[in-house]
Amino acid sequence: MSKLQPSITASQRPPIEPERYELYAPPTYQFTLVRRDFFKVLGGGLVVLCLLPDTLTQGAEAQESGGGRRRGGGNAAPQDIGAWLHIGEDGQVTVYTGKVEVGQNIRTSLTQVVAEELHAPVSLITMVMADTDVTPYDMGTFGSRTTPTMSPQLRKAAAAAREALLDLAAQQWQVERSLLVVSNGKVTHSGTQQTANFGQLTKGQQLVKTIEAADLTPADHWKVAGQSVPKVDGRSIVTGKHQFAADVQRPGMLYGKVLRPAAFNATLSSLDTKQADTMAGVKVVRDGDFVGVTAPNSDVAENAIDALKADWKTTSQPSSAELFDYLKKTAKDAGNPAAPSPIADAFSGAEKKLEATYTVAYIAHAPLEPRAAVAEWSDGKLTVWTGTQRPFGVRGELANAFGIPESQVRVIVPDTGSGYGGKHTGEAAVEAARLAKAVGKPVKLVWTREEEFTWAYFRPAGVIDVTSGVSHDGTLTAWEFHNYNSGGSGIETPYEVPHKKIEFHQTQAPLRQGSYRGLAATANHFARESHMDELAHTLNLDPLEFRLKNLKDARLRAVLEAAASRFGWGKTKPAANHGFGIAGGNEKGGYVATCAEVAIDRPSGRVKVVRAVTTFECGAVINPDHLKNQVEGATMMGIGGALTEAIEFADGKITNPHFARYRVPRFADAPTIEVVLLDRKDLPPAGAGETPIVAIAPAIGNAIFDAVGVRLRSLPMAPKGVKLT
Amino acid sequence: MSTIKQLHINGEKRTVAADSERSLLHVLREDLGMTGSKYGCGEGQCGACTVLINGQQTRSCITAVGDVAGKQITTIEGLEHNGHLHPLQEAFLETGAMQCGYCTAGMIMSGVALLNKNNNPTQQDIVTSMQGNVCRCGTYTRIMAAVQQAGKQMQKGVK
Repeated sequence: MSKLQPSITASQRPPIEPERYELYAPPTYQFTLVRRDFFKVLGGGLVVLCLLPDTLTQGAEAQESGGGRRRGGGNAAPQDIGAWLHIGEDGQVTVYTGKVEVGQNIRTSLTQVVAEELHAPVSLITMVMADTDVTPYDMGTFGSRTTPTMSPQLRKAAAAAREALLDLAAQQWQVERSLLVVSNGKVTHSGTQQTANFGQLTKGQQLVKTIEAADLTPADHWKVAGQSVPKVDGRSIVTGKHQFAADVQRPGMLYGKVLRPAAFNATLSSLDTKQADTMAGVKVVRDGDFVGVTAPNSDVAENAIDALKADWKTTSQPSSAELFDYLKKTAKDAGNPAAPSPIADAFSGAEKKLEATYTVAYIAHAPLEPRAAVAEWSDGKLTVWTGTQRPFGVRGELANAFGIPESQVRVIVPDTGSGYGGKHTGEAAVEAARLAKAVGKPVKLVWTREEEFTWAYFRPAGVIDVTSGVSHDGTLTAWEFHNYNSGGSGIETPYEVPHKKIEFHQTQAPLRQGSYRGLAATANHFARESHMDELAHTLNLDPLEFRLKNLKDARLRAVLEAAASRFGWGKTKPAANHGFGIAGGNEKGGYVATCAEVAIDRPSGRVKVVRAVTTFECGAVINPDHLKNQVEGATMMGIGGALTEAIEFADGKITNPHFARYRVPRFADAPTIEVVLLDRKDLPPAGAGETPIVAIAPAIGNAIFDAVGVRLRSLPMAPKGVKLT
Repeated sequence: MSTIKQLHINGEKRTVAADSERSLLHVLREDLGMTGSKYGCGEGQCGACTVLINGQQTRSCITAVGDVAGKQITTIEGLEHNGHLHPLQEAFLETGAMQCGYCTAGMIMSGVALLNKNNNPTQQDIVTSMQGNVCRCGTYTRIMAAVQQAGKQMQKGVK
């Protein structure tokens, strides 16, 4: 029997994963407008430009088909620059990156790595992020890429700037360069103690340096990176001063609202605007099927929308009740199960065989800040403030929608009220811009919670069929894994198995679907790690022991063992109806293991996660406290998808588009969370926003089985509690 | 529909001209430029818009402005005095009890309402009092730690 290659391998995987459907969707609206040009320059001082590594360039090109083009137009950003750093004549260090802060705390971690390499205090450094007129092109803040790709670029820029400052001091003072040191934001001569700050050195200069490589400080020598530096803009958050997109105010600004269709794919058959037209200060805007209003405030805008009488032509559409059958039935490449295959031989020879099907529901990101935008037209140029993870992608969407060059569009992204993969698109930006164009004034548009729950996109639902073969001694011999619709991320098994067949099958999607924190790694880990637990129980083996028996990957073994050790795996459970579960995995360069303790209430079957211990390893740690915060948050968010969150729909309508009917984790759901970080200073840092979410759901499911003997194979597992027999 | 002409916010009298049926949240944000209070759901289900009305935590998104005329309204903007933060604001910074920060203003206002009544809350007290506040980033355990830490400061007389 020959070893079968899985259908998706890491090297073959495209830079943009298939489940990022939202990037390939056609624009909702297309309007027309005129063209003008725009240029922007930086001031004097020292500028260091970072060239993009080839890998990034390829990724960006791959995205062109998705609408996020990097034509550049008249934009200041050269095409092959990933970031830049400017030391002004006042000595202030400003770093320009197209990345977006959405709560993952990269504004702080990127500041730290620059401070580290520049030998300057954190307070000297300002990050300018995600402004398409002044920051270099960036494909988007997703895929846990900021730390492994943007962070090293900025480190190199800062290291090169440090060297350039030494050159300047040596020239200006006419001294031996080797006698100079940079420390705490100053260059000092080690002999004469002559000293100058960065501003004194860059005054009157207009230096531009381009770097491709630089010597970087190894992690075990870090002084600022590697420390728990507090969130750099924390004070503006706790005082309410930070302006999110929805907080931006412009002179003469009006408030907009859009009339939503009665259902998905509905078309407008008639519209009566008479009543709304008579309302003071209200303007109704219609452009094809786009209908919106502007008003002096949001309350009047809401009333005006309510006053519109619209008839929509709707169509019959699948409902959540038939979701999983629908996905299996509409698979585009289901293969031919009857055909002879080596994997079938492997199963027929297996000492034990287990088959199971797992499902995951559609879920919503439900970022607490819904989509929001402020749009302003001035001399044919459009400026939009909006919360998005893809400022340049949204710039492209706006240029497309209005038929204008990207050079005429500026997208500014204030630090945003979270995204979790849910804000890759610019719907609110396009809508606000259309309304602003119609009324000739700036317009603010903030989606309601119901709109966010309905007209954004969802994490794909999926069906996962797993078949496994195992010998009596607990050695995996065959593994077949088919994921329908949810996606290919994290689909590979880290366990050693001689015969495997692993496939992702695209299907028709009844809802608009797209990226979500961790993509399908959550679904694939849920299926795999639940199935591994089922196998262990079938064999009467300890679930941890069974995993380790089939696992060579040292990094994954390390997190499993560390989590088990901290948790007290194997110890006696504290009470009846309590259970322990373990799960682990790796994705995007991070390794995670979670041990969970649950308590099941009888007779209600309500599940309470009492305790969760997560071990995470993502190479060298840049900010331990912020990393812990990410792991805690991912654990908390993962509890929602594990136990309660599911989007319900029928005939093109979301039937539970409210927090009252879509149960996100709240205070009462918080377990005791313990995070163990394994700091591998010998390995480059990987991103951490996503992977810590993948192990909590199977750990909880496995703990529920341990507690009450009920195996739950569908996410969410217990929206109404566990059914106990 | 009557018009509300004055509101008492953060110890000051503020002039407005707002229909009494409009939401307090929109009047604060749109008429007065006080954008610290956030819109999260418009249904009183997430707590991002929380303000204090005569000291009670209140969802400003479902509160008609006409119902609060003449009452004392406290918003997140009213907690800092001459650069001096409220102990709960300090505790949020010290415990790193935020990620994106969008829920933070509402969390702090709900927490302040609790601490003003009980400066030694148990975890269960916090859960009971703040179950209506959503942190989608999932920083609940840190927020609970921040509320308890601030309570300890307030017990010592720190304001």
